[in-house]
Amino acid sequence: MNIHEYQARDLLRAHGVPAPPGEVATTPDEAEAAARAVGGPVVVKAQVHTGGRGKAGGVKLAATPEEARAKAAAILGMDIKGFTVEKVLVAEAADIASEAYVGVIMDRDSRRAVFMVSREGGVDIEEVAATNPDAIRKLAVDPRYGLLPHQAYWLAASLYDDPAQQRACAKILRQLWAAFRDAGASLAEINPLITTPDGEVQAIDAKVTIDDNELFRRPKIEALRDTSSEPPSETRARDASLTYIKLDGDIGAVVNGAGLAMATMDLIKYYGGEPANFLDIGGSSNPQKVVDALGIITSDANVKVILFNIFGGITRCDDVANGIVEATRQIDMRVPLVIRLTGTNEEEGVAILEAAGLSAATSMDDVVQRAVAMAGGSD
Amino acid sequence: MAIFIDRDTRLVVQGITGRDGSFHAAQMIEYGTRVVAGVTPGKGGQSFDAAGASVPVFDTMDRAVEATGANTSVIYVPPAFAADAIMEAADAGIAFIVAITEGIPVQDMTRAYAYVRDRGSRLLGPNCPGALSPGKCKVGIMPGHITAEGAVGLVSRSGTLTYEVVWHLTRAGIGQTTCVGIGGDPIIGTSFIDCLEAFEADPDTRAVVMIGEIGGTDEQRAAEFVSGTMSKPVVGFIAGQTAPPGRRMGHAGAIISGSAGTAAEKIASFEQHGVGVARRPAEVADLVREVL
Repeated sequence: MNIHEYQARDLLRAHGVPAPPGEVATTPDEAEAAARAVGGPVVVKAQVHTGGRGKAGGVKLAATPEEARAKAAAILGMDIKGFTVEKVLVAEAADIASEAYVGVIMDRDSRRAVFMVSREGGVDIEEVAATNPDAIRKLAVDPRYGLLPHQAYWLAASLYDDPAQQRACAKILRQLWAAFRDAGASLAEINPLITTPDGEVQAIDAKVTIDDNELFRRPKIEALRDTSSEPPSETRARDASLTYIKLDGDIGAVVNGAGLAMATMDLIKYYGGEPANFLDIGGSSNPQKVVDALGIITSDANVKVILFNIFGGITRCDDVANGIVEATRQIDMRVPLVIRLTGTNEEEGVAILEAAGLSAATSMDDVVQRAVAMAGGSD
Repeated sequence: MAIFIDRDTRLVVQGITGRDGSFHAAQMIEYGTRVVAGVTPGKGGQSFDAAGASVPVFDTMDRAVEATGANTSVIYVPPAFAADAIMEAADAGIAFIVAITEGIPVQDMTRAYAYVRDRGSRLLGPNCPGALSPGKCKVGIMPGHITAEGAVGLVSRSGTLTYEVVWHLTRAGIGQTTCVGIGGDPIIGTSFIDCLEAFEADPDTRAVVMIGEIGGTDEQRAAEFVSGTMSKPVVGFIAGQTAPPGRRMGHAGAIISGSAGTAAEKIASFEQHGVGVARRPAEVADLVREVL
């Protein structure tokens, strides 16, 4: 789960990370009041779940509260890479003497959280990693001990020459680690971590990504979710415990299992069609999930045909068939269904469908080709 | 021969009285797996009866291993308790621990992985379908009837996509030594390379199928291992060519971060290192027939 910059800032500040004062605003009036409260020149920053806000014009300096109001009016409602700006952060505009990058990310290869720090701050760390890997110092954290004081100091010493700044940075790194651990994060970064002309080390921009698997035990973090930044259909899917990602095509797909769902999307494309979504109904045998899934897909106006691809393992074909029949009773389907059912309880499933006037195939290639032809996407 | 599990496997089911644990324990017994014990805290002394077998239930792993000589465990414990169940199995001296549970917090897994490694056990998963050596032993949730005994090893990050490919192999008359699902999470105990190494060493395995997906670089490093170390032919398939970047595609680990972990990158790596790449799941069987 992504959270906004202002929320990430709050998390880090709660662990003691120094950051210039700031407030979030949803209207130009609020932005003006926030600028007045902060005092002095401010920066007005769009709060959206995507990078490249500055280049898109979503980050502006304002010398006065009146100017902050005007800049907020321009940024609020702006579209940045498909996301509408609904909130801005109004923060004190800091004087910057130097910019660094510090971050901690869950690393698959070492199976540990890894710190990365670089003197090249304010830029995309992936670019630095690709073009100048020597500019990054890395450290894998032993999960049994956390980030030890001397390790934090070793990282900080690669960023600063001044002993006071090294100590300040080492402290911030340990606070960043605590925030990462306590929030159940998979990524926490400060970019840039700046020094001011009088030598203070401060966090200017923060990004935190939460591991979705942590949310069941962290209700306060879950409450930070901003559903306005995602399509309503995805919110609805999550409430129904389905994994759904909306895409731009016209062939709706209902699949059990994430790998098979991706492979189904790929096969639609292979035969010349365009998938309308990724949807994994998971491994459970609950007919209601199928009803919910069809409700979500039929609400996508682009969808011309719905393809079921079910390989029964834990999922039982008869449960899915019952769900399909139930859904056709509850929902106006408006588009044709193409169904592939094989695996556990396949015969029972096919019998249930046939009794309701539907049919099923057993080959994935066959049903995908049929769905593509019905959507008019091939030839 | 087979890898990881065979007729000598003595299995304990952690969470045997739960909804998933009891269902799959029965399925495994029916398949012929030697399920020697179950563990559910607070239910020690009961027995689990299914498919004509009566399996003793213990409160702790320590007791279960002591009483039955179990050497392998499979975990169907809810996410909040699963990492501890993994560590309990390692403490009890279990050599091969299979974690089926989906949704374990990744930070829990960093601790569990280090713990298991320190004790010299092997962890498969989590968020995986387990392993199946056709005709010998099934540990996990793979449907047994789609597999057949034979000479092809299969390793995959997916569940149902694995079944799809195995089903094509079996229908094409190509049996398997062992099918292994390594799991869809970012932090997993057993990698592609671990499985490739085991298949390379298994005298009965003549070729290997490797099924990957977007996210991470495990497939790329596995491809390097194939060209650098393996004598047996390997063919593969990568899911997620149409996946949008930055979105978690169901599996917690299936995400393209920035420009890294794309299907195109993995397919190119397979091709560069001599791993034949199927364009469709059904094509895997054709490629295997060519290399056998």
